[in-house]
Amino acid sequence: MADRAQPLGLAGWAGIAAAVAIPALIAVTAIAVILSAEGGRGLSAADWSAIRFTLWQALLSALISVGLAIPVARALARRRFWGREALITLLGAPFLLPVIVAVFGLLAIFGRNGLLNTALVAIGVEPISIFGLHGVVLAHVFLNLPLATRLLLQGWQTIPAERFRLAASLNMGPGALFRHLEIPMLIRAAPPAALVIFVICTTSFAVALTLGGGPRATTVELAIFQALRFDFDLSRAAMLSVVQLVITGIMALVALKVARTPDFGMGLDRPAKRWDADDLPRRMLDCILIVGAALFLIAPMAAVFVRGAANIMGLPDVVWTSAGRSLLVAALSTLLVVCAAYFMAAAAARLRNGAAWIESAGLLAISASPLVLGTGLFVIVFQFVDPARLALPVTALVNAIVTLPFALRVLIPAVRDADISFGPLADSLNLVGWARVRLLTLPRIRKQLGFSAGLAAALSMGDLGVIALFADPESATLPLQLYRLMGAYRMDDAAGASMLLLCLSFFLFWACDWGGRRGA
Amino acid sequence: MRYPILAAGLLAVTPASAQDLPVLTVYTYDSFVADWGPGPAIEAAFEEVCACDLQFVAAGDGAALLGRVRLEGARSDADVVLGLDTNLIAAANDTGLFAPHSLQTPALDMPVDWTDATFLPYDWGYFAFVHNADMENVPTDFRALGASDTTIVIQDPRSSTPGLGLLMWVKAAYGDEAPAIWEALADNVVTVTPGWSEAYGLFLEGEADMVLSYTTSPAYHLIAEEDPSKSAAAFTEGHYLQVEVAGKLASSDQPELATAFLDFMLTDAFQTVIPTTNWMYPAVMPEGGLPEGFETLIEPDQALLLSPDAAAEARELALDEWLTALSR
Repeated sequence: MADRAQPLGLAGWAGIAAAVAIPALIAVTAIAVILSAEGGRGLSAADWSAIRFTLWQALLSALISVGLAIPVARALARRRFWGREALITLLGAPFLLPVIVAVFGLLAIFGRNGLLNTALVAIGVEPISIFGLHGVVLAHVFLNLPLATRLLLQGWQTIPAERFRLAASLNMGPGALFRHLEIPMLIRAAPPAALVIFVICTTSFAVALTLGGGPRATTVELAIFQALRFDFDLSRAAMLSVVQLVITGIMALVALKVARTPDFGMGLDRPAKRWDADDLPRRMLDCILIVGAALFLIAPMAAVFVRGAANIMGLPDVVWTSAGRSLLVAALSTLLVVCAAYFMAAAAARLRNGAAWIESAGLLAISASPLVLGTGLFVIVFQFVDPARLALPVTALVNAIVTLPFALRVLIPAVRDADISFGPLADSLNLVGWARVRLLTLPRIRKQLGFSAGLAAALSMGDLGVIALFADPESATLPLQLYRLMGAYRMDDAAGASMLLLCLSFFLFWACDWGGRRGA
Repeated sequence: MRYPILAAGLLAVTPASAQDLPVLTVYTYDSFVADWGPGPAIEAAFEEVCACDLQFVAAGDGAALLGRVRLEGARSDADVVLGLDTNLIAAANDTGLFAPHSLQTPALDMPVDWTDATFLPYDWGYFAFVHNADMENVPTDFRALGASDTTIVIQDPRSSTPGLGLLMWVKAAYGDEAPAIWEALADNVVTVTPGWSEAYGLFLEGEADMVLSYTTSPAYHLIAEEDPSKSAAAFTEGHYLQVEVAGKLASSDQPELATAFLDFMLTDAFQTVIPTTNWMYPAVMPEGGLPEGFETLIEPDQALLLSPDAAAEARELALDEWLTALSR
């Protein structure tokens, strides 16, 4: 491997600056919260049991999500069928759902009066309850299996077509191919995917409590909520957030260390053709896997869609204006995410040894408690200006920061591969600066860039994040409006708003993702 | 990089209110200011008489509201805080941020006496378990509920005001026996949600037989949706009250306007809006009485309410008991 690194360049320096700015912002907000504290009582035994439960459910959710994603992604990677691309996009949707919408979608399938239990009762089987640790994990797998599948599918795409050709010419069966090509790829791709999901699940709050069946399912985020809202014990809230950050930081470094294995080298960008696993049993198996995953992921979304469709025309006007406001926030934060993620990925690709640090800096952002982040920002902003005036920009900024890790996870390998595979050629042609970005990097990362932009836009659309702290009556976003509808008995309108949110999020994701993949 | 974005955001959110009228800023909870809440009608009615610009600022729920005021301290823009409940009054008084209302409290139509010098109530309601009207064997007290196999959804007292209300309800009715009541209830609780909305949503989706809400909840379904299918269960030990109050801040730059608003709050123009927007009972019965439909609601014989100090004192122990019983 060539160790003579390319000079960092402007993009690289900007990336390092962003990688420093994010932990700095998190630290500053935590300090701002601690400085506002009026003395507290420290962490209690209940807090520690919340920390244990949080880690346990996050670990289970991450392992099961990735464990299930491996066969599903493999099935999708080695099969070609009509509508495959559309299905892959559609399967990504649950990840984009605001959690409260996802919970009600899941209940329509797995709840007491859900489809599954109705069917079970009809055939004389005891109905199942969704409430408990298994319900929490089920919801987290539903929300995160799509991300895991997409990340692993991208792992499969990094195996050059020539390797499969070589494997076929050596007469490798599916087993040998799995050992020689797929396992090494998975060692590189699976731990970071599991890590990202683990981190997302550690800040879970509404899902864990609502489906957890009682206070046993208390997460750190709930403890933070309680400390902030009811006890006004700001130092305890900040301490809990710091504990969460430290745990994530350690996990991040371990997982990213494991993932640093040699890559496959370059290929000629031929479409990958597969000669293995062409027998009937394996075809059947893959078919079952794909259909099963599609049913599991699409049925709850279909339920949200059907429940909301009848109510969408009667929605109050304010819901539509909130939707417009959410689109604006999504556009701003997408722009921020795409720029910051590209710069950070460029820095990570060039600082070969520092890559793990850059990605960890991004990951800290999703492990920081949104409540503490929001409160800290509020305390700071309040010194200078009416927080309501900054509601939308601050929301866009925070949404951008918490979406960044997903974009980085996708972009860093892509930029690195482009650099490793074509860097020497570009160097020999003296291809530098903007020309290099335009001719070499962008074309080779456009798929990933589109996917990142789509994720950022959709997640920002659905994220409640910090808006609740900052918003005045005139600047509510769509998710906040959805909560307000639910808080005023208007469950039918809320169902309509959920459907609107689902459709807008998915449309934004589809538009960016399709834009990136078109012709690529 | 951030400046154009901040500028775009400022342009997007700055309302064109360059009026010379004095501004009265009222912090309240989210559902109060929603289009379908009491906020818009009350704003219009008060602005007709006050020669001022009334601005509502929404800050989450009641507990979030107090947190916001505490974060801002004496530098807060708020003149009035509207939407705390009796469980939060002790903590609010401890902050020293509120000033006495200095008004002659008019005769209030509430099941309890009110003498607080700082906070004035504007509406109230009884907590109750709401169920489908066609449900059979509706429990009539907590013991019967605990012994039955009726399923309930409740809110977490650590994150929600109704959740805390239920805790106080059991404590006020049963005192030292509360842990035993909670142990009996543990297997009836399907799940505990972070807020009222999730719990009520779960109930409407049929996940449980009953949900902790208010005796007035069936009125919403009856009046707004013409759906008589919901009822509230009357409990023989009495129902705990939620009294929602407002108070003015000592740091207000518009103390007279703030007092005028508190005064206005207990007049007909404000109180008539409450029943069908906030779905609570008005603190002072308006001249026209309650809207049609409210007469169908259950009226508990006995109202339970711990004083603000007693509630603050009981909270920690009650919370521990609740956690212990439900974590088994």
